Amino acid sequence: MATILFDGVAYGMLLFVLACGLAVTLGLMNFVNLAHGAFAMAGGYATVLLMDRGGVPFLACLPAAFLVAAVLGLVLERTLYRHMYRRSHLDQVLFSIGLVFMAVSGTTWAMGASQQTIKLPAWLTGRVDMLGMHVGIYRAFIVILCGLLAVGLQLGLTHTRFGSRLRAAVDDARVARGLGIPVGTVFAVTFAVGSGLAGLGGALGSEILGLDPNFPLRFMIYFLIVVAVGGTSGVVGPFIASLLLGIADVAGKYYIPAIGAFIVYLVMIAVLVLRPHGLFGRPR
Amino acid sequence: MWVGQALARRARWRWAEIVFWLAAFAALFLPAGRHLILNEIAILALFALSLDLILGYAGIISLGHAAFLGLGAYAAGLLAKHVTDDPTVGLALATVAAASLGFATSFLVLRGSDLTRLMVTLGVAMLLGELANALPDLTGGADGLQGVTMGPLLGLFEFDLYGRVAYAYSLTTLFVLMLVARAVVYSPFGLSLMAIRRNRLRASALGVPVHKRLIAVYTLAAAFAGAAGALLAQTTAFVSLDFFEFHRSADVLLVLIIGGAGWLYGGILGAVLYEALQDALAAVTPEYWQFWIGLFLVAFVMLGRERLTGGMRGLLARFGR
Amino acid sequence: MTAALETRGLAKRFGGLVATRDVSFTLEQGARHALIGPNGAGKTTFVNLLTGVLPASAGRVLLAGEDVTSLSAEARVRRGLVRTFQINQLFGDLTPLETLALAIDEQLGLGGRWSHAVGGDAVVAEITAVAERFGLADVLDSRTDTLPYGKQRLLEIAVAFACKPKVLLLDEPAAGVPEAERRDILDAIAALPVEVSVLLIEHDMDLVFSFARRISVLVDGALLVEGEPEVIAADPRVRAVYLGGNDHG
Repeated sequence: MATILFDGVAYGMLLFVLACGLAVTLGLMNFVNLAHGAFAMAGGYATVLLMDRGGVPFLACLPAAFLVAAVLGLVLERTLYRHMYRRSHLDQVLFSIGLVFMAVSGTTWAMGASQQTIKLPAWLTGRVDMLGMHVGIYRAFIVILCGLLAVGLQLGLTHTRFGSRLRAAVDDARVARGLGIPVGTVFAVTFAVGSGLAGLGGALGSEILGLDPNFPLRFMIYFLIVVAVGGTSGVVGPFIASLLLGIADVAGKYYIPAIGAFIVYLVMIAVLVLRPHGLFGRPR
Repeated sequence: MWVGQALARRARWRWAEIVFWLAAFAALFLPAGRHLILNEIAILALFALSLDLILGYAGIISLGHAAFLGLGAYAAGLLAKHVTDDPTVGLALATVAAASLGFATSFLVLRGSDLTRLMVTLGVAMLLGELANALPDLTGGADGLQGVTMGPLLGLFEFDLYGRVAYAYSLTTLFVLMLVARAVVYSPFGLSLMAIRRNRLRASALGVPVHKRLIAVYTLAAAFAGAAGALLAQTTAFVSLDFFEFHRSADVLLVLIIGGAGWLYGGILGAVLYEALQDALAAVTPEYWQFWIGLFLVAFVMLGRERLTGGMRGLLARFGR
Repeated sequence: MTAALETRGLAKRFGGLVATRDVSFTLEQGARHALIGPNGAGKTTFVNLLTGVLPASAGRVLLAGEDVTSLSAEARVRRGLVRTFQINQLFGDLTPLETLALAIDEQLGLGGRWSHAVGGDAVVAEITAVAERFGLADVLDSRTDTLPYGKQRLLEIAVAFACKPKVLLLDEPAAGVPEAERRDILDAIAALPVEVSVLLIEHDMDLVFSFARRISVLVDGALLVEGEPEVIAADPRVRAVYLGGNDHG
């Protein structure tokens, strides 16, 4: 019971790191990006390549995964995404579905369709008994790392100059420009950081979530749930939504494997119908 | 009175339409070999027409239109397996079943933002997929519904291996439902949908009961998609969980967008172009054609899809007068 | 005689912000009434409360004595409470013909019909009558967004008129119209049938004083004063509001 709860928390934390970039681009910037999972996948595959072919140790791969996905995000933002911000939601949906198709197919072509495995260093494997729980060391590692990231993000958004610039740019790009805020750069950096975090999540998560070319499609709805249920007014809502989703998913699949996912979707629909702006959102 | 004439002109049959339908039915007499793909196109066109009713005419973005396709397919497949192998009964049942689901879920898409609607429609499709997966005794689970056999159409025409009867069946269904869609689009009801898509607030200020109309059109579109699902199940004698998958919903969106949303023939034109595109790409890169579809989609949106399909429509309209 | 439109203690709060405070207002049958007030006085919110776009936080709206506070926007339209829009909110790529047909179909209760094409003798006759009344007959079949702005504003009023209003709310009907086309709009407004009660929401004082037989002044979401035009023009508080701030801005 407690172990399942812990696994759910770890899973939820992971989801948060994967989805928090989307919480900003979709939640705050109101840009529907269904291709967010592709950046996570890029991070995951970067780790696989670095470890398998380059012999780079796992811990060193994590920042590398962040960088690869962030650079990819930055390049795509500057070349493609920024032209899409003012388009209709339908255009954004189509555009990002196109990117997903390309990512899935391109990855299959380059890396094959099979599932990739990452060999964790020995000190991260195994379980220990802690507070009466049978805790996986790797999951504990994820909880600590992702928890720190979540705190850092919240502080970054609320307490730094960049955070306030981002909030101003999101509120009203025109006014922000008038105040001398380089809106384009702020969005690009935000997009890159969000993509980078997804990449980091992809690297961390391949052990738990599995990594194959269909990754962006398999987890698309999970990322969207985090944002839609969490609401669009910051990262606290998505964080709580991630935890709830993680716990519900792990517990659901453990106790009622046949219909675990069914219940997750049902709850999501119920939440969105009762609270269209999410559990923690505000209407706008 | 010219006002009456001007109104009547809206719904008039264009020459291009008549020529198109004559050609489509004439294709029945082509030598065997192309009818399987023509059947596929007709079904895809019907599915896209269904999406056009809600997206093109009423402005509801759906990422889960496959829910109705899948439900229709399972309804028709199960009926054929357990009750009767008469295709038209299956078609009717699938239509009613999907319409019921459409009506029930229409209340979920009335409110909220585009994002909530995307999520809810996607969620409904995933939900049904999970449900079908969780009931393997009924649906065959991940193996799909096996052993669907169909009786002769109208008790007269056996489905042949080359798909000629299948194509005749699907095309006729498409034609009949197109007549319905045509009537709807040019009716006062259709006009009020166009107003709702453009500006909900404004439409309600003219006395249009927005929610009622959206519920009605969502139900109608679901019925059409259910019919498409039935056709697919019956003419391929197979139903699987794949019918509910996201890529089905995404594909039909793509089909409609290629052909142009918001006009009656967008779905048909899109289905033809999509199959042609897929055919051509599959010939060049059989495994990775999805990559090129994706690239096409990105380029299509970047270049301005309205401009591209609008130009095509303008051309057709000029040709069709 | 029952008032055409009445509000009792109408209020609207957005969080802590009070946009409309305790407005009790009466529009008599056949009225030519103007609602004025500086920018930010809450005129738009008030109109949205009347028409049911926004739910009221407190108070009632009565249409011909009947409580319509809980009715939807479209239900109020069907009961004869119709508005025009300030900035252009017409359907640009539809024709005036289609726009009028839409309003008239809803008016006649045919809007849900799907088995017949738009048309029919009753609809055609009604479109023809409205188009002639507002001088739109020669542009009926062009796209709305290609019409001169004055014609678009006329269509705005014509469409509202086609909804068979008992009470008509005109929200800045002449705003932005070039001088040359202005006359047509003033004439169209002046020629509205006497049985239609009209509330004009307007910045333009020339239009207000040429049209209104009664004027209400809204300031900070509350009714400041109401009376006949001469009284309003002479009222020092109104002068203070208008001359103290920027009068048209």
